[in-house]
Amino acid sequence: MSFDAATVRKDFPILDRTLDGRPIVYLDSANTSQKPRQVIDAMTQFMENSYAPINRSAYKLAADATELFEGARRKVGEFINAPSADEVVFTKNATESLNLVASSWGRANLHAGDVVVLTHMEHHANIVPWHMLVAERGIRLRWVPLTADGQLDLTDLATLLDGAKVFSFTAMSNVLGTITPVKLLCEAAHAAGAITIVDACQYVPHNVTDVQTWGADFVAFSSHKMCGPSGVGALWARAALLDAMPPFLGGGNMIADVRLDGFTCAPVPAKFEAGTPPIVEVVGMGAAVDYLTALGMANVRRHEMDLADYAINTLTERYGDDITIHGPTNIEVRGATLSFAFRGIHPHDLSQVLDQHNVCVRAGHHCAKPLMRLLGANATARASFYIYNDESDADSLADALEGASDIFGL
Amino acid sequence: MPGLEDLYREIILDHYRTPRNRGELAPPAVRAEGHNPLCGDEIQVYLDVVDGVVNDIKVAGQGCSISQSSASMMSQAVKGKGLAEVRALVRRFRGMMSVEDAEDEITAAETAAVKLGDLEALQGVVKFPVRIKCATLAWNTLLLAMSELPAA
Repeated sequence: MSFDAATVRKDFPILDRTLDGRPIVYLDSANTSQKPRQVIDAMTQFMENSYAPINRSAYKLAADATELFEGARRKVGEFINAPSADEVVFTKNATESLNLVASSWGRANLHAGDVVVLTHMEHHANIVPWHMLVAERGIRLRWVPLTADGQLDLTDLATLLDGAKVFSFTAMSNVLGTITPVKLLCEAAHAAGAITIVDACQYVPHNVTDVQTWGADFVAFSSHKMCGPSGVGALWARAALLDAMPPFLGGGNMIADVRLDGFTCAPVPAKFEAGTPPIVEVVGMGAAVDYLTALGMANVRRHEMDLADYAINTLTERYGDDITIHGPTNIEVRGATLSFAFRGIHPHDLSQVLDQHNVCVRAGHHCAKPLMRLLGANATARASFYIYNDESDADSLADALEGASDIFGL
Repeated sequence: MPGLEDLYREIILDHYRTPRNRGELAPPAVRAEGHNPLCGDEIQVYLDVVDGVVNDIKVAGQGCSISQSSASMMSQAVKGKGLAEVRALVRRFRGMMSVEDAEDEITAAETAAVKLGDLEALQGVVKFPVRIKCATLAWNTLLLAMSELPAA
């Protein structure tokens, strides 16, 4: 199937609207993606026709709602080639997925002196939960450094992994766009006896994901970055790991029995889904999976490689040394997320100027302050492209940058 | 939609390009650090108070044009002022940025009487609500530094 961004764009109602009479150039999809009509309609239809509690009532309406909810779990599982849908736990977002692993698996398995290996390009969501275990348990952290072009420097990987219990890393950097060699990293970790946790929040929306080929143990991702609604994410893990882990949150739905003197857990995934889940959002996430599957994730990846290539070339040809694009130049190992510095203008000011042209980029530390310090910046501007963007959006960004230096006279 | 000229007034850009009172002060000057969680900007304020009067003030750190110019103008405005006057100025400035402060010993009349001078140039920031945190960063850090001062 051929991929046509202009056709895709028509599916996104928000991209049809104008601000101050001009179209919106949405380049902040690494932050959160826009929603297609198909997802909006699926959620609306579910609320209008099928909404009911799930997993706890016997009437037809509830049974049908449960089936739609569990159908979404099957879709999400198939989307990442999970061996079983029961290995998919719905969470609030990837951040909660990572916290679930650190809190549940971590507290059960990590003790003073145990080593967790992270990388210098992790999002705060894959740093802070481990810092919390450093404070609580006295675990130790080791860090995989980066090469000059923003890839993982694997020179000393075996030494870093030696004796480690956990290797937790991103599949794609939210700042640099770097795609990491997940399969290789999982193999190296397993050879060292460590389990692997993959933060795939930036990867799953843009690539064909196959958790079995990766050989990962835990994989975390969010719905809202892949055309689905906010408020729901997923954790995939090997069934044996989930079975052995203590529960995360306690409450309804996650129990088999509760007595005055204790409780027993429901089987996974219910064990990790205490309370009423985001029912409508899960259905929306399922619809997002349908939408992306119809586009074809290989087509999505190809489109974004072409777009990243075009954007990098356009910006560098036009602005030369005035622009520094962080991360790999090799399109094969990067996504269409471009963090950049421009003419010494602070990213916050830059994004203000771009906003005059309705060009939406993120300016800030991108929840990756350790990485920002390594880049020698408090902040960068970041333009991130997705399925509904095309070359004209890259051109709009390049055009809008033109006016920035005039204002600041730097 | 408000235009950029409302935000980037010439006097703001002047303070951004040529910041006043940049640097550090050695103890007994107190030091406070402020962070803008939105963009990661960091600022350090060094405050030297002698006999209840701001003898010297220095500002270090990095930030956008709004946070840096606000810091620069703030340092100029408070230098040589008594602490009570500084508190009233902070309150007046935060008020201009639509930040509500709780009632305290400073009266509304005292606050209203404070002259903002060049700081008026930052008035346009309120039209860009996202940037209010940039403009108030230095001022909040100044308050933090004042709270670190040894009791008189």
